[in-house]
Amino acid sequence: MNASANNLPSRLDPFLRAEIEDLYARYSACVDSGHYEAWPGFFTEACTYKVIPRENHERGLPLATLAFESRAMLEDRVYGITQTLFHQPYYQRHSVSGILITEVTSSGIAVEANYLVIRTRSKALSEVFNTGRYIDRVVREDGSLRFAEKCCVFDSEMIPNSIIYPI
Amino acid sequence: MNDRTHSTAPLEWHPGGPSRVPYRTYVDPALHAIELERFFNHDHWAYVCLSCEIPNAGDFKRTWIGERQVIAVRDIDGTVSVLENHCAHRGAQFCQKDHGNATELVCPYHQWSYDLKGNLQGVPFLRGVKSNGRINGGMPGDFRKSDHGLTRLKVEEWNGVVFGSFDTAVAPLRDYLGPEITPWYERIFDGRSLTLLGYNRQRIPGNWKLMQENIKDPYHPGLLHTWFVTFGLWRADQKSSLVMDAHGRHAVMISSKNEGGKGDVTQGVTSFKENMTLKDARVLDVVPEPWWKGPTVTMLTLFPSVIIQQQVNSLSTRHIVPVGPDAFDFHWTHFGYAEDTPEMTRRRLRQANLFGPAGYVSADDGEVIEMQQAGFRQHPDYQTVSELGGRDIGSTDHNVSETLIRGMYGYYRKVMGV
Ligand code: FES
Ligand SMILES: [Fe+2]
Repeated sequence: MNASANNLPSRLDPFLRAEIEDLYARYSACVDSGHYEAWPGFFTEACTYKVIPRENHERGLPLATLAFESRAMLEDRVYGITQTLFHQPYYQRHSVSGILITEVTSSGIAVEANYLVIRTRSKALSEVFNTGRYIDRVVREDGSLRFAEKCCVFDSEMIPNSIIYPI
Repeated sequence: MNDRTHSTAPLEWHPGGPSRVPYRTYVDPALHAIELERFFNHDHWAYVCLSCEIPNAGDFKRTWIGERQVIAVRDIDGTVSVLENHCAHRGAQFCQKDHGNATELVCPYHQWSYDLKGNLQGVPFLRGVKSNGRINGGMPGDFRKSDHGLTRLKVEEWNGVVFGSFDTAVAPLRDYLGPEITPWYERIFDGRSLTLLGYNRQRIPGNWKLMQENIKDPYHPGLLHTWFVTFGLWRADQKSSLVMDAHGRHAVMISSKNEGGKGDVTQGVTSFKENMTLKDARVLDVVPEPWWKGPTVTMLTLFPSVIIQQQVNSLSTRHIVPVGPDAFDFHWTHFGYAEDTPEMTRRRLRQANLFGPAGYVSADDGEVIEMQQAGFRQHPDYQTVSELGGRDIGSTDHNVSETLIRGMYGYYRKVMGV
């Protein structure tokens, strides 16, 4: 890995790019498949995970719709959504595109990507559920890439009732 | 197809009183139109915003009262005006920004401009346009700018919250809340400066009244919400009281948390999880604050438009904006106090994970409201039963009662004449 800052995309290590793309593909497959117990494993122990309205993000307002500060909190969330929250069941389908490596430094790889989540409830039409941008920091830990930070900044001005599963 | 939600049959209310609400009350567009007139356009105050959202001269925020869009703007004299967002010329909803700072309000269509109190200032070609020694056009001689300002609402700013009313004859805000509710309002809003932490917004596919009912309903929290019953944040064995105003329209649910765990109230309650522990308990890192003076939770429902929440260290207003009879937008504004330490701010933000559209104890409130609306639509002639704690209406010193819902429908029937 080239550790210097501000790599030009043309000089970016193609293997690193392939690894990052693979990470995002596996992440989407996990949160769309319903295997939520595997979701915290994509994060470092001291990670931060946020789902935040674009409005708050751009105005510098700290409130997030969800804001977790450790892998343990993500595990609590998994328990919360599988054992405690009542909701109508739904499928979700992530489409992640335009993965952009913006910086590679000793503290990690800064990655941004567009995401679109489609929700499909039982016997109902599929609908756009949440769309926005991932603003992430990925680090290498024991040989594999993990999210040290994942910030889901969503454009969707109105959440269609509730968000249960991980974005 | 026979659409029963548009039935012209009279709405049948149970002779026994407001403990039974006909489903049609939640789905009928004609009733909804009357509700907007009587509850949002007349006789009532509505929530507008927090003062800290528009602290400086020229700051404005766009919001709604009922289904009408308004702009709250602070003038150089420090007062807040609330103006309806449609141009006095030909109706354009001219303000298209959610917030900002302005020295005047200008409609882009024909550039009529208004001062920050909504007075019409500039009218292009008011006296016509000179061309070849003639004056063409111009407004008629009897046109007075003073006749064509923006609709300006009655406004009161009370300890950090702005309220507005389209009805200039509405009672003073303090009287509107009444002596039973005012101390609870002033417990949270005692004049300390507030800080804005941010927003959550959700569209809930249910009638707007259901959100008022949800927060006048102490029956469900210890049953629907695992986190409340398991961690003792809200359950039926707590020291609690239910307070309502003289009309039954506003209410406060007041309670003090206990240690949670197993007890009479968890018998057979499937949402209770005896062995549930958090791996990272910082979301529930509750630190009592001196101004609580006891209760750990107070939920105020100010009819018709807002809920004010103190649940342990988390503070928010939840603004109800109807969208036809079948949906409402629910705008959460989280806040703290200017005097908060950084640790207290972080605590308020962490506890916010319990609330809002994804929160551990609020996501499912929206879900059950959607399920109610679906039930109402399929059988508008049926009726609800809210008779926990009897059929009468009054404040209580426990929380095992649906009295606040009955109180609200007692008031509703009076105002609606049903
Ligand atoms: S509609 Fe606003 S200036 Fe004409
Ligand atoms: Fe609830």
